[in-house]
Amino acid sequence: MTQKLDAYFGEFGGMFVPELLVPALEQLEQEFIAAQNDPAFKEEFESLLKEYAGRPTPLTLTRNFSPNPLAKIYLKREDLLHGGAHKTNQVLGQALLTKRMGKSRVIAETGAGQHGVATALACALLGLKCRIYMGAKDCERQQPNVFRMKLMGAEVIPVDAGSGTLKDAVNEALRDWSATYEDSHYLLGTAAGPHPFPTLVREFQKMIGIEAKEQIVQAEGKLPDYVVACVGGGSNAIGMFADFIDEKDVKLVGVEPGGHGLSTLKHGATICKGTKGILHGAVTYIMQDDDGQIEESYSVSAGLDYPAVGPQHAYLHATGRAQYVAATDEQALDAFQTLCRCEGIIPALESSHALAHALEIAKAATEETVIVVNLSGRGDKDLAHVHRVLEQGGHYE
Amino acid sequence: MSNRYNQMFTKLKEQKQGAFVPFVTIGDPNLATSLDIIKGLIDGGADALELGIPYSDPIADGPTIQKANIRALEAKVTPKDCFELIKQVREYNADIPIGLLLYSNLIFAKGLDSFYGLCADVGIDSVLVADVPARESAPFKQMAEKHEIDAIFIAPPNGSEKSLKQIAEKGSGYTYLLSRAGVTGTETVANMPIETVIAALNTYNAPPALLGFGISQPEHVKAAIESGAAGAISGSAVVKLIEKNLDNPAAMVAQITEFVRVMKAATQTD
Repeated sequence: MTQKLDAYFGEFGGMFVPELLVPALEQLEQEFIAAQNDPAFKEEFESLLKEYAGRPTPLTLTRNFSPNPLAKIYLKREDLLHGGAHKTNQVLGQALLTKRMGKSRVIAETGAGQHGVATALACALLGLKCRIYMGAKDCERQQPNVFRMKLMGAEVIPVDAGSGTLKDAVNEALRDWSATYEDSHYLLGTAAGPHPFPTLVREFQKMIGIEAKEQIVQAEGKLPDYVVACVGGGSNAIGMFADFIDEKDVKLVGVEPGGHGLSTLKHGATICKGTKGILHGAVTYIMQDDDGQIEESYSVSAGLDYPAVGPQHAYLHATGRAQYVAATDEQALDAFQTLCRCEGIIPALESSHALAHALEIAKAATEETVIVVNLSGRGDKDLAHVHRVLEQGGHYE
Repeated sequence: MSNRYNQMFTKLKEQKQGAFVPFVTIGDPNLATSLDIIKGLIDGGADALELGIPYSDPIADGPTIQKANIRALEAKVTPKDCFELIKQVREYNADIPIGLLLYSNLIFAKGLDSFYGLCADVGIDSVLVADVPARESAPFKQMAEKHEIDAIFIAPPNGSEKSLKQIAEKGSGYTYLLSRAGVTGTETVANMPIETVIAALNTYNAPPALLGFGISQPEHVKAAIESGAAGAISGSAVVKLIEKNLDNPAAMVAQITEFVRVMKAATQTD
């Protein structure tokens, strides 16, 4: 081993996994470093992003969404990416790494099903065997995505253990991997988990922010005042933030799932309300009781329903470089409907949390303010679920 | 460090025996029965005990031990209860080495210093943290040493020469040798031979190796010792006897005691 990446972001991160998985993670780290220095790898990745996935994605200035004429709200349109969300970006990168390592099988966890769909499509494209672990409750909430994965040849395993959501799917994927690492790659879906995943996923997602920066400077002649993204595990947010971190005048805001409200127990706002701990391989903010037992998170959106968060977000919070807030289910559902009506765009429920907070920033603006929101995915997958929730909650206007 | 592991290995060597070490999750299926079970393990002839503290997300465990964790958590067993129970076990037997096997967040939540301090207070000899590999072990090992607790490391079958050397140097008490990849459970049997890993561990003067994962039959114990391990650890096979007898605690304890007796008998080498 020659070169190594830092496994920590300040006090957050690390590689807290069984000894058995260390060689597999260290192999991944080495292969990732080699690939980053290999022009052929970069060329193949970029060509897939462009010709298969449809990059670059546009930056759209909303016409009617902003409630305040002083505030301009731009959307980074990851919803238009093939697969329907930003997930496709990094999955293509990791699938190429899988091939590079000579592995033939991919395992992955999925919450909303977006990462599962992205993994399934990349595996179909690149001829890899694919098994997706998905919480049983999430399979129920996200039926269309289960069907999509199966159509593209993936095997979908519902996980009943624990809360039957993303956290349990991660546990099960890790268990699978500890028996199969010789021929299998664990294609983790977010910028969380053990080193090197938080770094690797960020690097394979950071084109979102790089493009958005160019596009906003083109449109406005300057950097934005705010960059806003939703945070579950945190991959779309870190992809969006990465290229803005050194631009100190740009406020970075991560929006966590506030569920029924931060004063209740039903939320998934790990940075806003969680405490430091170790889950899924990293020291980060997690939802836990006083003994260290992991508590179940809750969100109307399956993709944000996760009781931990990527360690770099924990670090950006601890250092004050980024601000983390929460939007409740109700606020997200309102923003979801507002974007549909105002712009003719159906956003993912996850991204609707970011939209909800962008509306708050816009309302409060007393001078010209430019806000860029990462519209991380489209809402087709959520239609049945939102329909049901709205009928029950009487939010139809 | 306590001297209990050394004394155990010395005594077993004289008697030409390997060690048999059963594992159970503390509080499975509830605290009262769990204490009876653990006394049963001792009565059956266990040379040392490996005990788990129930945790919500046991990623290194297969279905059997996952269920044990769930049963104990459903019985509202807390880490505090576990320490109380271990104190009682220590009162029951002053000499048997007691090892804890648990996940890092339970230690982190308590604070490393207080956690290892508590271990020392109740007479625990060693701590193995399932999700802390050698490369992350420094703060854990430091507190273990401060409180004279042996830090146990896992030697994986895929370990490089370099990582086995590291494990040998860092560990004390015993070395937890994995018989195979994967998670705990009898679904996949132990994959012997493990002679090459043992040879490497011996080269670097690692503490004696106990073989674990997939050990459910007396033949597995015998084979482990013949391959050069100092003994064997069996968890899921014991826990299955709990699962099978949930409605009959007396039969549960009797069957577990008998299981330990049979497994222990297989440790005699001549």
